[in-house]
Amino acid sequence: MAGAEIEALIRQLSRLPGLGPRSARRIALALIKRRDSLLDPLARALTAAAEAVKVCKVCGNFDSQSPCTICTDAKRDRATICVVEDVADIWALERTAAYRGLYHVTGGLLSPLDGVGPGDLRIDDLTRRVREGGVKEAILALSATVEGQTTAHYIADRLKDTGITVSGLAHGVPVGGQLDCLDDGTISAALKARRAV
Amino acid sequence: MAVSWEDRAIVLSVRTHGEHDAIVTVFGADQGRSSGMVKGGASRRLRSQLQAGNLLKVWWRARLEDQLGTMTCEPLQAIAGMALDNPLALAGVSALCAMIDVCLPERESHRALFDRTLEALTEFSANGDGAHYARWEVDLLRELGFGLDLSVCAVTGSDADLVYVSPKTGRAVSRQGAGTYADRLLVLPSFLRSGGQATPDDVRAALRLTGHFLDGHAFAAQGRHAPAARARFVDLLKS
Repeated sequence: MAGAEIEALIRQLSRLPGLGPRSARRIALALIKRRDSLLDPLARALTAAAEAVKVCKVCGNFDSQSPCTICTDAKRDRATICVVEDVADIWALERTAAYRGLYHVTGGLLSPLDGVGPGDLRIDDLTRRVREGGVKEAILALSATVEGQTTAHYIADRLKDTGITVSGLAHGVPVGGQLDCLDDGTISAALKARRAV
Repeated sequence: MAVSWEDRAIVLSVRTHGEHDAIVTVFGADQGRSSGMVKGGASRRLRSQLQAGNLLKVWWRARLEDQLGTMTCEPLQAIAGMALDNPLALAGVSALCAMIDVCLPERESHRALFDRTLEALTEFSANGDGAHYARWEVDLLRELGFGLDLSVCAVTGSDADLVYVSPKTGRAVSRQGAGTYADRLLVLPSFLRSGGQATPDDVRAALRLTGHFLDGHAFAAQGRHAPAARARFVDLLKS
């Protein structure tokens, strides 16, 4: 139907998250139709990203430099490390502008079923960072799932003898949330974590 | 003609399938251990329901009986949520679900074990008392056909001072009956026979006892090892 290059483009696009062959075809067509305004800039951006983006050797973030801009930012609070599962979680926390400390990406969660053990995650790197000194608190910002909290408890256990404060994110009613729309687990977690007002 | 059933079921494991769906294994009250594809199972809305240990109402449907089938579900009891902030309770809930997933055959009803499992999960997620888990493993062994006989001493026939179990037969042995063989026998903590409070040492002894028979009968027979979740739970009890 189309040339080999176009078929290859569609095939590669359809491998992206959220895209199937049908949407990949639409995107390929849009790119080809707007070659100057879409296709060429996208090709240049992809090439630049492929050449420049690397994994930060300190925290595991993606950036064009290693250590990344967050790790080298002198204005950041270097006494606090926020432990997250994935780089997407760093982006989510950065969007809030509510946190000004450093990060550490574990690269996944403990999952015996999928054969993911402590050795597959960047937990040793985290304990090394903490033992190097200067860190006073580790915030475990891992998902409120069985696997997320199992990982959080494991990390807390590993950091126990370092003497730093280990805290976790609160679980409960989201901003704008109505009680009758929440699931039982969230309501019971919110009740357990209630506080004086 | 499509086949279908509905049941109350405990979530055992969830594997993401593609971007949005999940293959979920549950332990049903009447249907036993069963799997199915949950459409949208990886979504934000369903992910909180599909946590190991949660009790759901499940509807399963397939064109043929031996197909994977699709599942839809509604939450009944959020047991996992109760355990999230207690490391021991969380590890125990994970271990319990992993043990059922490994030990029970698929699509075979184990109603008595289901009731016991739900009771143990509810109690254990609330207080993290390891004794509930240890007693549940004794019930699991019984359900698998390797029940321990803790009623009378295998040597003397007496029901007094039963403090050991034979690692070969699974029968209780009294202190007097053990004699010079005591160091070759497994310790029987009293709470497994008579109930009551259990110390951390008692729970560890009980898990050594059940672990010995589970290793020998449930895992070795299938060429498997105990699930990593159980090992993690035992490690937490040691610390």
